Amino acid sequence: MTAVLTERTVRDPGAVQDVRQALATVLDPELDEPITDLGFVRSIDVTGAPDRAVVTVHVRLPTSFCSPNFAYLMASDSKDVISALPWVGKVVVELDDHHDSALINAGLAADAGYRGTFGHEAEDSLEELRMMFRRKAHTAAMERCLTELLRADPALTEANVGTVRLGDLPAGRTKDALVRRRTALGLPAEPAAVVLVDHDGRPYPAEHVPMALRRARSTRISIDGNAHFCRGLLRTRYEGSGADQADRPEGAEPADQHRLLPITVKEIHP
Amino acid sequence: MYSKDGENYFIVDAHIALWDARPENQRNVHGKQFIDCFYDYHRNLSPEEELWTYEEYLYQGGERLMKDLFEDGYVDHAVFQPAYLGEFYKNGFGQTKEAYELAAAHPDKLTYNHSFDPRDGERGLDRLRADHEKMKFPGVKLYTAEWHGESRGYKLSDPWAYRYFEECRRLGIKNIHVHKGPTIRPLDRDAFDVSDVDHVASDFTDLNFVVEHVGLPRLEDFCWIATQEPNVYGGLAVAMPFMHTRPRYFAQIIGELIYWIGEDRIFFSSDYALWTPRWLVERFVDFQIPEDMTEYAPITIDQRKKILGLNAAKMYNIPVPAELQLPDAGETATGPRQPERADLAGAS
Repeated sequence: MTAVLTERTVRDPGAVQDVRQALATVLDPELDEPITDLGFVRSIDVTGAPDRAVVTVHVRLPTSFCSPNFAYLMASDSKDVISALPWVGKVVVELDDHHDSALINAGLAADAGYRGTFGHEAEDSLEELRMMFRRKAHTAAMERCLTELLRADPALTEANVGTVRLGDLPAGRTKDALVRRRTALGLPAEPAAVVLVDHDGRPYPAEHVPMALRRARSTRISIDGNAHFCRGLLRTRYEGSGADQADRPEGAEPADQHRLLPITVKEIHP
Repeated sequence: MYSKDGENYFIVDAHIALWDARPENQRNVHGKQFIDCFYDYHRNLSPEEELWTYEEYLYQGGERLMKDLFEDGYVDHAVFQPAYLGEFYKNGFGQTKEAYELAAAHPDKLTYNHSFDPRDGERGLDRLRADHEKMKFPGVKLYTAEWHGESRGYKLSDPWAYRYFEECRRLGIKNIHVHKGPTIRPLDRDAFDVSDVDHVASDFTDLNFVVEHVGLPRLEDFCWIATQEPNVYGGLAVAMPFMHTRPRYFAQIIGELIYWIGEDRIFFSSDYALWTPRWLVERFVDFQIPEDMTEYAPITIDQRKKILGLNAAKMYNIPVPAELQLPDAGETATGPRQPERADLAGAS
């Protein structure tokens, strides 16, 4: 993964790499993936003194009408993680080509916060929204594990998945993802823990198990579908941006494969 | 009508538009951003041979619409679902006069649905009454993400929206099409939240609520709400073209919809001019759930016929030749409609 960079701005590739690593901890709250994997980081620019550097990051999204609350979260989280790097003196994060770019960029520049940025349109905070999608990500991860198990074991029925425990799941990416999401919600991750639980960690009564699995399935389909559609729209909108995207195996289809293009020098402001 | 392998399909395109996004009609940069967003959808999801130029995409006009739908597109009847977008376009995005006049000239082929905005208050109610007196539309299309002065979106459960639904009831406007766009206020919540549909469908059981784009990007929330309400339907606008680029995703969307809301409540839509109906109809008739997706039963010919036209024809009282009609599936009014048809093979 390499950022699209303009030659003149690169002073220290190591510094750019540090910034990119920091940005890899910023998640798209809806898709539950790092913005660096989604190709949302358009450019990273480091200038100024080595111990008081000025970092400028441009963020881009799949459409002008992506939800401004998510756009704001990703941009402000980006600013926070870069500001935490010890050698950074000043951070400028700019959201490009969004219907609220002017509003969000002004709010970020002034460190106005969520309510200061959006005024009357903001009520309290975006933490509940973040939590809602963290729960959905857990629901989807849970369903992936159980559906894989159902496909692998013809003797297992949907009605009986309610007693499957973490220790019954085969090791691998799908299980790791579930454990990570359980941990993020503060749910137990030991082998004896039941897999199919609500977001408070409560298992379902036997008669509700098939319905809980079905609801979880629709959530998984939705998140996978959105994650791939957003990636595709970004590639359509910004030529060459596929080179900045990491593959997402979950829900992938042949058309999601894209030609990896070489790194190109690109004008940031058209 | 579309015919293949001895089967005849009556086609109703339940969501079309006659729009004008040309630069001279754009009020500001958001007008350009909006049509560019549509064009990126078009470019991203269309087969190469169906791609339009950007110029073609900005404006089509009535003549081209008639050709794309009724000469080339197999469509028997289509329903206008206009988006006004007065904050983005000087004369609106959907062209009211042009669409209404086209429908009036071809009443056998076109139905004109109108739109309203509950934030227009009493004056808007007066206008709705006057417009209905003149145009006699059977339904409305509501875009909840419409900008309106200081406000950038509304909920169907807002008190003023209820006043408008009460008026719809009095006027006999029965079909409420809802596009849950990214509603901005309040920003604290999910912009695509569909829970207001739940409230309003429970409180207006004599109205039909057709959720466009089957709630995408919140398919899961839509399915959960729709399964509990007998008067909530799903429109496939924007979902259809996934058949081409992402057929497994499309299979799952259809599989989930048949499970949660049943085969009698799903409507085909090209979302013209986002896409044209011809290739969508042809491909849907050929479409099948992939064999390895044993959690869904294969789609039947009758289900395809209902989705492609019979379901919407019933809601809009569009006459269908007797030999093409099909009986309802006899599904329950609420709850998963066809649970036995949708299970992993291991569970059956």
